[in-house]
Amino acid sequence: MADVNRGNRPISPHLTIYRMAITMLVSIMNRLTGAGMVLAAILIVWWLMAAASGEDYFTIVDGFLTSWPGLLVLIGSLWALWFHFLGGVRHLFMDFGLGYEIKTVNMTGWIVLIGSLVLTSISLMLII
Amino acid sequence: MVELALPKNSRMTVGKTWPKPEGATNVRVFKIYRFNPDKSENPRVDTYHLDMDSCGPMVLDALIKIKSDIDPTLTFRRSCREGICGSCAMNIDGINTLACIYGMDEVKGDVKIYPLPHMPVVKDLVPDLTHFYAQHASIMPWLETKTNRPQKEWRQSIEDRKKLDGLYECVMCASCSASCPSYWWNGDKYLGPAALLHAYRWIIDSRDEATGERLDDLHDPFKLYRCHTIMNCAQTCPKGLNPAKAIAEIKKMMVERTI
Repeated sequence: MADVNRGNRPISPHLTIYRMAITMLVSIMNRLTGAGMVLAAILIVWWLMAAASGEDYFTIVDGFLTSWPGLLVLIGSLWALWFHFLGGVRHLFMDFGLGYEIKTVNMTGWIVLIGSLVLTSISLMLII
Repeated sequence: MVELALPKNSRMTVGKTWPKPEGATNVRVFKIYRFNPDKSENPRVDTYHLDMDSCGPMVLDALIKIKSDIDPTLTFRRSCREGICGSCAMNIDGINTLACIYGMDEVKGDVKIYPLPHMPVVKDLVPDLTHFYAQHASIMPWLETKTNRPQKEWRQSIEDRKKLDGLYECVMCASCSASCPSYWWNGDKYLGPAALLHAYRWIIDSRDEATGERLDDLHDPFKLYRCHTIMNCAQTCPKGLNPAKAIAEIKKMMVERTI
């Protein structure tokens, strides 16, 4: 047999060579934002627990969360929430077998991405 | 399992740059994945230069020209050269397609060619599709009937026949399955878009009488439900089919039969 490497075949390249499409990006982002929001939930619970435990400890935690790295994480989580929400609505439609044409699926993908950024800015403007 | 990085034996190195054609003015660069199973070397990416003035318009034309004029060891599958046999499926310019019907005018810059992604490579652009074919066989790709054979053919109304449009055209080139990240990570258990499109093709065939058994077989956390509608399958299908839509229809039938 010429093929001596039968049991040791290489795996062809995948992620690194595949062209990213909006649908692929939105799909992985939906999963990452879903997982990432756990971090936000923990931080907010920590914040509330600190508030319940007394002024001294709250000052420390509040100082951390309202510092710029803290705010960055929280604003990021706000965006994640919007992204995951819109992505979830998109999935809901797709679970009913709707919106599978290439044109539609690309369009809804862009709506999720751009919509999440717009909604994040609007919510920030309403808070500040 | 998700393994983002390639195993050690699969990592590509920079390969040989083959000489440019002399006196050519319209030269195009091809970067092509090479793997020789007879040597214990990692895969490499070779660079070829082709004179486009003496080459056909399709990527397959270029591959054949490289094989006949520059490097006869370059190995790839091809047969019909008109998109009906599904042999020359490969990753061209980042998407999976058939080399014979993909024009080089659709590629900007260097033409990068790899085998179908996340497949065991037999040689160069030839992937081992044994598992892919076995999965196709597992969905019983034939008409399964229980009633007695009719005197003539199994009849079907025009409306019922229409339900097979967009499904029967599949040429089993494996472009879709090899484009699907779910199939990359869970291809051992997840059937993948191609096999599932075929499964649906028989599920909705009005003449088939094993719909229940077919759905029972797919009622599995991996076989069917690893589809997360990433949509790479439909984006890449060289025949313009939509496996994701077929999978969604199977999922809907799963729900409908339980309520």
